[in-house]
Amino acid sequence: MGKILDNFNKLRNELDPASTDAQKQEKIIIQIGSATCEKAAGSDAVRAEFEKLINASGRSDIIIKQTGCTGRCSQEPIVGVFMPDNIPVKYKQVYVDKVPQIFQEHILGKKPVTSLMLDKTTDKLYSHVVTFCSSSNCKINEKFTEVFSKKMKEYNLSDDEIRILQGGCIGLCSAEERDNNGVMMVFPENVIYSFKTVEELEQIFDLHFIKKKIDEDHIRHTQHLTEQFIRFYGDVSFFNKQTRITLRNCGIIDPEDLGDYIHAKGFEALSNCLDEGQPDNIIDTISKSGLRGRGGGGYPTGLKWKQTVTENPDPIKYVICNADEGDPGAFMDRSALEGDPFSIVEGMTIGAYAIRATKGFVYIRAEYPLAIKRIENAINKAREKNLLGKNILGSDFSFDIEIRLGAGAFVCGEETALIHSIEGKRGQPRMRPPYPSKVGLWGHPTCINNVETWANVPAIILYGADWFSRIGTEGSKGTKVFALAGKVKNTGLVEVPMGTTLREIIYDIGGGIPDNKSLKAVQTGGPSGGCIPFDKIDTIVDYETLKAAGSMMGSGGMIILDEADCIVSTAKFFLEFTKDESCGKCLPCREGTYRMLEILERITNGTAVMEDLDKLERLSNLVKRTSLCGLGQSAPNPILSTLHNFREEFEIHIKEKRCPTQRCQQLITYTIVPELCTGCLLCQRRCPVSCINGLPKKPHTIIQEFCIKCGECFNACKFDAIIKR
Amino acid sequence: MFEEDYNLDKEITDYIDWCKEQEHPESYLIAILHKIQEKYGYLSQENMYEVAQKLRVPTSFVSGVATFYHYFRLKPRGYFHISICLGTACFVKGADLVLKAFQNELGIEIGETTSDGVFSIEGARCIGVCALAPVLMINDAVYGNVKPTQVSELLSSLRAKYNQEKKVSA
Amino acid sequence: MNKVNIQIDDINLEVPENSTIMEACDKVGIHIPRLCYHPILSNEGACRICIVEVDGIYNYLPSCSTYVFDGMKIKTNSPEIRQARRDLVELMLDNHPMDCQLCVRNGNCELQALSYKLGVRERLFEGVRKSYELDLSSDSVVRNAEKCILCGQCIRVCANVQGVYNLSQHHRGVNTIVTPAFLSSMENSVCVKCGQCINVCPTAAFTEKDYTEKIWAALNDPDIFVIAQTAPSIRAAIAEGFGHPPGVNGTGQMITALRRLGFDAVFDTNFGADLTIVEESVEFLKRLESGEKLPMITSCSPGWIKFLEHFFPELIPNASTCKSPMQMVSTLLKTYYAEKNNLDPKKIFVVGVMPCTAKKFESRRPEHYNVEGGYPYTDAVITTRELIWMIKAYGIDFNHLPKGNFDLPLGFSTGAGDIFGSTGGVMEATLRTCQAKLTGIQNQELEYFDVRNVEGLREASIKIGDKVLNIAIANGLNNAKTILNRVKNKEKEYHIVEIMACLGGCVAGGGQPIPDVGEFIYPLDKNMIKLRAKALYDIDENKSIRRAHENPYIEKLYEEYLGKPGGELAYKLLHTHYHPRLPKGI
Repeated sequence: MGKILDNFNKLRNELDPASTDAQKQEKIIIQIGSATCEKAAGSDAVRAEFEKLINASGRSDIIIKQTGCTGRCSQEPIVGVFMPDNIPVKYKQVYVDKVPQIFQEHILGKKPVTSLMLDKTTDKLYSHVVTFCSSSNCKINEKFTEVFSKKMKEYNLSDDEIRILQGGCIGLCSAEERDNNGVMMVFPENVIYSFKTVEELEQIFDLHFIKKKIDEDHIRHTQHLTEQFIRFYGDVSFFNKQTRITLRNCGIIDPEDLGDYIHAKGFEALSNCLDEGQPDNIIDTISKSGLRGRGGGGYPTGLKWKQTVTENPDPIKYVICNADEGDPGAFMDRSALEGDPFSIVEGMTIGAYAIRATKGFVYIRAEYPLAIKRIENAINKAREKNLLGKNILGSDFSFDIEIRLGAGAFVCGEETALIHSIEGKRGQPRMRPPYPSKVGLWGHPTCINNVETWANVPAIILYGADWFSRIGTEGSKGTKVFALAGKVKNTGLVEVPMGTTLREIIYDIGGGIPDNKSLKAVQTGGPSGGCIPFDKIDTIVDYETLKAAGSMMGSGGMIILDEADCIVSTAKFFLEFTKDESCGKCLPCREGTYRMLEILERITNGTAVMEDLDKLERLSNLVKRTSLCGLGQSAPNPILSTLHNFREEFEIHIKEKRCPTQRCQQLITYTIVPELCTGCLLCQRRCPVSCINGLPKKPHTIIQEFCIKCGECFNACKFDAIIKR
Repeated sequence: MFEEDYNLDKEITDYIDWCKEQEHPESYLIAILHKIQEKYGYLSQENMYEVAQKLRVPTSFVSGVATFYHYFRLKPRGYFHISICLGTACFVKGADLVLKAFQNELGIEIGETTSDGVFSIEGARCIGVCALAPVLMINDAVYGNVKPTQVSELLSSLRAKYNQEKKVSA
Repeated sequence: MNKVNIQIDDINLEVPENSTIMEACDKVGIHIPRLCYHPILSNEGACRICIVEVDGIYNYLPSCSTYVFDGMKIKTNSPEIRQARRDLVELMLDNHPMDCQLCVRNGNCELQALSYKLGVRERLFEGVRKSYELDLSSDSVVRNAEKCILCGQCIRVCANVQGVYNLSQHHRGVNTIVTPAFLSSMENSVCVKCGQCINVCPTAAFTEKDYTEKIWAALNDPDIFVIAQTAPSIRAAIAEGFGHPPGVNGTGQMITALRRLGFDAVFDTNFGADLTIVEESVEFLKRLESGEKLPMITSCSPGWIKFLEHFFPELIPNASTCKSPMQMVSTLLKTYYAEKNNLDPKKIFVVGVMPCTAKKFESRRPEHYNVEGGYPYTDAVITTRELIWMIKAYGIDFNHLPKGNFDLPLGFSTGAGDIFGSTGGVMEATLRTCQAKLTGIQNQELEYFDVRNVEGLREASIKIGDKVLNIAIANGLNNAKTILNRVKNKEKEYHIVEIMACLGGCVAGGGQPIPDVGEFIYPLDKNMIKLRAKALYDIDENKSIRRAHENPYIEKLYEEYLGKPGGELAYKLLHTHYHPRLPKGI
């Protein structure tokens, strides 16, 4: 074994000796989310309350652990309770007042509080949970679950004893496993069995569940990537349809603890790379894996790396992690940085080694203070243990990472603007080519990838290009993280294999549309993307397919619009955003977005004419084809796609001066139904512009010319005598 | 703007000195501005002028950078700084109406401070609490599910709090 | 250099691989419309007017900043491209005042010309227009942000050529505005008033402060004796305003035109230039002898002097204390000339016709006021452009005017004064006089070709008698910065340094004619500068007296009035002082 691996193993033992593991087994762990969203929901106070109760109880076998965001934002704060030999229990919306009950009943009394459980997946506790992998890669045979149920009946094991789940791809399908037909995980024993035939499954059943022995013949000893995740969260339907690569450690490990990360196979990929000493092989692996940039453009990552090496012989090269996540409604990168910062450090270090860079920068939004703190901590801890710095792990490779803060400019997500910003300038893009891979930061070749891309790197190195390229579609490999928001029940973060349909994301994972409303459109790609209408809901997540549907992958924002959302207002919202974020350098983006917004404003306030639609289209195409950078080139997408799919709604606004969803304030008319009006004068008193006429006990009228559509009268009327149209 | 007027905190001037020893000192401009804003709440002309002189970056570039990035404030904030999230999720749930209510109540626009210095409002990009949309932050506290009709009451209670805190400190 | 084969509108050609599409098109006579492009100031691709279609690429590409590749097929003129260019220009117009008839750049505006050429005949996207206050704070440069099209050339000329970095874009998107630091006024800034931003501006976002109104009023007042003095480089450029190429000597017509405008006397700033040389030589030889305050740095360029006060206050003692030629002439007009002709200096109105906007500022410096009388020595300064306009406004047919001569005595100058207008001219004139004074031998070398060049930065060692003088010449303040830093850091020991604020010297000053749109000459064009300078050197060559101190009227001036060069009265009237200014420049 080489010196590098020696050093790494020494470090692993030092940070996480087996004895600690044993200790952990015996302790009760209370895991509390500690990402920005969790904190906003009150997790700090919850933690303090638990600490208080632990102290009061005098127990030393109860410990608190912090972790990142699982992605289940609408249910936060989330608290997990891990009792030895039990299935982990997750509680949702644990506010301070619920802490004593959980502590008393579950932790001290060993009886979980079923009413508070996340997603109310169950109202009872199982002794076992069995998860069958049901992804297309594993070619699951339906009959396996049937056989399993039959066996349970045979042995009189009730449904209360064992819970059967169908999980998404668990990332176990490495080449070696591929020929196996079935994979199942059994908790809380935490073993994975693979089997080919019904007979084998029966054999496993008999041994494991009846004789309570591990079936050594069929056990897989490979520790797979998302095992911990599935162990903790596999019983929650929100999670088990997901495939977690980027977010593999989010919500599992303590993001501030290097030992925790290393225990989760962290830095193994890096030490293998350094040990092998073949940077070109790394680039080959990444190329073969089919990984494409997750920041929106989808440029093949391996190719980008290769170009950084070959296009410019300059020995000074840089890597940059683009963490300037600015799409409104997208927070994938924040979550990854807060939940698993070490994987970014490791990914960047591997990338730097592959392209022979000596310095890296994380360019991160200043609006993410916790993410900054976490990545800073990760860099410092890695440096302390020589995972960064001079001669990493005793190799001849030296590399360090510096953090640079953004300051609120969406355009700095564009790579040349980002470079200018790191250089301390106004973040305005420049013409490409030359691309940063040739002329980048301070003129040196620079490789820029976003957070999600870097986070994928260690996984690909560890499990191989074949494994990764088997997940996803022909042109888009691996998984994609989306921030699900808007009118969907389960808002939050989801990571799904490429090729998953929007329907699956929205209905199976997202839980569908709340309030019995119907889905109108899905907006992906944020201000650069477009709206996909309900009839294309079976579109799959894939760079090319989304583009063909008039949208784009983007960085991962996914906003669900229901029937009550006005499509024109939505387009206007995004355009307002791009107009504000336009850097002002090139004319079409600077002036064009401004004029397009004016037209949209006219449409939403009732002053537009039909010709305006043609003008809007003409401007959109102009801005798209002539803008300097991606921001301008994609700024018209929200308009073009909505015009294409919802032209009728635009026309109703213009021709009928009416907003079908009553979202456009200026197009709303309030009228009083004389038959229902009692003449109580309440609306008259509330009206801020005194435009309601009427005498006591006589029906009132609204003078439309003066009405400012504030809706105060509508809200005030106790007799439903005011109609809003 | 004379040298004797220089009043940046030593912690910051030390940082500038450190920056000057680095390979690309001018690249730390944004970082320095962040530090100043963190310390003083906003970027004053005097402070930016001093940074320009000490870092040897043209003054016009310093103010050009400071005005380009929306995170930087060029005016002092109010006693209560209200930032209203205008991210997509909040927008879909009516954040624009909440903002309008604040603007109407306070008579100020985004980025402005009331003349008495008590309130300032700011439109924030997504603050990542989409589940509670529409969301706003008043100083460091997050308020979720805000309705436009609650704005008036919220402001009155803040003003009362301000009056009380002023009295206590007096 | 590797060559690549490309096709432009069915024309096949071979070009070097590092050419831009625009360069390749220029070669085959296809002039792609452009606006923000300037050969040395921009490669920005910001205005997008120069877009072309490239086979296989969906987006239109800016030809100014897209490089050719082998097999590239370019279309410069499809209907779609023409519509896109038209729409782009309209978008610019939509945020522009469109008060062309009221604008000083009417007829000389690139935006106006483009909008005609590209066929913008109606406005489709008109909406709310940006509105900013006119910045009239400066005595020299007026900033009108409403007319700004954000091409960025002013920022670049101010930073990269002048090293002043006074301008920057502020804010962003549609709110982007070009201003000095902190969005402050031009007056409250490090602006050195050189006016180069005016020269490079395609529209009228920067213009000179108009002083013509005051002059018309003075000319119309019978009680006021109105005198014009014209700087050396006016004569080399004024004809450009009347359809001539650069470098045509228009001295005679200019003098006649000024008389027809009603000026009571027309003098030559060159007289002041000669006088400057005489005073400066004395000053220099004194410093050379004592070894103090060396190098001596010339002080004729008021933009440079303001630069010195903002950027290098510690070198103020090195600057020559001599007033600029214009101020010397003005001072003498309201003292010597007034006494001699029995005129009340308060009734004299001196107009400087200058290639320079900083001269407007210089004339307002308190140092150049008569303290007791409370009047300025120079009452108004107009640029070459303003004079051209006055001549046109008056209906004078410049091209058919008889040639006139300057009035005496302050209208006589030697060849030394003429060449002041070009970079190196002051140096050469000084050397001619110093050589004579140091060696005592006349009629030695007259032409110092070592110093004649339009390069921005030159150094030479010149042997005069038994002394070797190390000299340096800088034009363009960025070059000046380089030399001054060498002086400041004691890297080099010079004896004399000549600094001119503008590239090429006064011939390319900020008040000179802006090349006509469509002439394919860009402001700062080296060839244009050379032609104007050559006109001055030709005038010098054809003069019989070419050393400043040999100017008989100057000899007489000292005899009759001033005493001796560097003497008490000469020092009082012809010298000045400088002081550090805030804000400090970087």
